[in-house]
Amino acid sequence: MSREAEQAAPVPPQLDRADVRVKHEAGVGGAIRRFFDRVRSGDLGSLPVIVGLVIIWTVFASINPIFLSSSNLVNLLFDCSTVGVIALGIVCVLMVGEIDLSVGSISGFASAMVGTLWVNQGWPVALAILAAVAVGGFIGALYALLFNRLGMPSFVSTLAGLLAVLGLQLYILGSTGSINLPYGSNLVNFGQLLMMPKFVSFGLAAVPGIVMLVTGLRTVARRRAANLSAPSAGGLITRAVVITVILELIVFYLNQARGIPWMFGLFVGLVISMHYALTRTKWGRSMSAVGGNREAARRAGINVRLIYSSAFVLCSMLAAFGGVLSAARLASASQQAGTGDVNLNAIAAAVIGGTSLFGGRGSAYSALLGIIVIQSIASGLTLLDLSSSLRYMITGAVLAIAVIVDSLARRSRVSHGRA
Amino acid sequence: MIDTPDGPVPTGELVLSLRGVSKNFGAVSALTDIDLDVHAGEVVALVGDNGAGKSTLVKILAGVHQPSSGTISFRGKQVTLADPSAALTLGIATVFQDLALCENLDIVANIFLGRELNPLRLDEVAMEVRAWTLLNELSARIPSVREVVASLSGGQRQTVAIARSLLLEPKLILLDEPTAALGVAQTAEVLNLIERVRDRGLGVVIISHNMEDVRAVADRIVVLRLGRNNGIFSPDASNQELVSAITGASNNSVSRRAERRQARQDQTALHDQKGEPRP
Repeated sequence: MSREAEQAAPVPPQLDRADVRVKHEAGVGGAIRRFFDRVRSGDLGSLPVIVGLVIIWTVFASINPIFLSSSNLVNLLFDCSTVGVIALGIVCVLMVGEIDLSVGSISGFASAMVGTLWVNQGWPVALAILAAVAVGGFIGALYALLFNRLGMPSFVSTLAGLLAVLGLQLYILGSTGSINLPYGSNLVNFGQLLMMPKFVSFGLAAVPGIVMLVTGLRTVARRRAANLSAPSAGGLITRAVVITVILELIVFYLNQARGIPWMFGLFVGLVISMHYALTRTKWGRSMSAVGGNREAARRAGINVRLIYSSAFVLCSMLAAFGGVLSAARLASASQQAGTGDVNLNAIAAAVIGGTSLFGGRGSAYSALLGIIVIQSIASGLTLLDLSSSLRYMITGAVLAIAVIVDSLARRSRVSHGRA
Repeated sequence: MIDTPDGPVPTGELVLSLRGVSKNFGAVSALTDIDLDVHAGEVVALVGDNGAGKSTLVKILAGVHQPSSGTISFRGKQVTLADPSAALTLGIATVFQDLALCENLDIVANIFLGRELNPLRLDEVAMEVRAWTLLNELSARIPSVREVVASLSGGQRQTVAIARSLLLEPKLILLDEPTAALGVAQTAEVLNLIERVRDRGLGVVIISHNMEDVRAVADRIVVLRLGRNNGIFSPDASNQELVSAITGASNNSVSRRAERRQARQDQTALHDQKGEPRP
């Protein structure tokens, strides 16, 4: 690289700024203009979900002020964590342009497994959880096998799996149909009570800003050394400070009530790890490539089957783990676990958060943002004392709107040459 | 540029040599006894009618198909091309007709697809620098390597596909119909690109139906007809020679049409000489 830098040294223009036809807008004004350009051409990113969230919160808060109270929001975070983990798996399969409709059943089955193995059979709880997640991974491997070797569309195989795994769940729960997890056990405490100490939550809220600043400054230095254009350090510092202030304010507000649940911390940790894996590793690059153009990925030497398998297995494992968390949250493993709207909520969360149903576009953060939207609606409607019939209808309508936004944005991207 | 262990190829060296290569698909012999030589710093055009076996030959060289018989020598050593990655590691790069780019990824990601630097913590800076170096070597006119491929024109995409094939420092590059989908200006760009690749000392094999393009860049024109060698021509061979080699005997629709026209012209000339009114 040093050689290239030397070669380019006598010529002032930077490597990526040599073409005079391209406008490179700098500074705050430029950043704002770039943002509007992107949105106009259909590259919406997280914008719809943030706008949606503001609308939903405003509406519910004006109807019932309790909605925005810190204690209600803390409960919201507990509820987000369980289905959110499942939605994170959905992001994986959507990235490669496939779908898993059986995540609800898998989560229910996993909770039933933990219930029987731990409570009924007396296994150590960690081993029971491990077994449940491993069986989830096995189901995902089965989908991958059907998809890769037999060419079975994931839509159909997972639809079949939805029913089959639900059958398994009912089978192992047996005639009693429900197993109560002991109150006071670590797992149930984790799912219902365990909060971060205040100093830990304030400390963790500062981490993203610090990491952003450190890695950002290092990248700027490296790009300068390589004679590439680099963002200004000032902008970077501003962004890091703004993010830190916002996060600390949120933490401060939530600490007025019980604080931040460890379970939510675990969920956010998983989201951040997944984000890193999807954007900063070869595996993540391959996932986007397979979702965007499978044949091109194959000819580039990517093991396409392995990538599909990793997506299916990861999705099912996360679904199983989400099931374990929801068992901990409810302190029970029942026949109802994982049925009803769990499936749709997980898929809706990923799509609402901005992961495309058409493959190749998505982000781990969409699971986090999407599930907050979904659970906000659920929590708001519960506070309004509305029946579940209305809740289903409204959640369905929100999902429909999210998919419409995705389709329209995609069409706009195609016509603006950004697909 | 990273040199492969066996070093750069001196211009004029025989890079690729095919002897008696045949390929049968069941009862059909797609290729029979094909001989082909490609030297470093040389553009060889492969022309022929539909079904002449051009694409089959390229697929054999890219490692997609295996020949039924015959030998392939690469830089003097006999080789077998068992799969696409074997061809790639030898130094044979292929730009397929449909380019095989991922539209949802940016140019850097496409160039390095499957060969990312530092798999567990992608080295974006080094990859971007290398991408710019490759594109600048081709004098490409790409506004930004951080744009997704979907926003590029056909010619720019062709450039990206060629830059990607150059990433592994190949000794031989195969281009299947590189100008088929392109406009006049973009075609000229791609032809310039091919010349620049040749000037870097690579052997180039180009498949095209467009005789004008072929004449413009090729150093030799190899004609295939019905899966057999049907002559090697220099780019200044007459159109009629080429057409008759491509279509076979002199008795075919193209030559008959040319004859009719010639006869009419002769007749007109005769009439003019005699001072008679034209018929």
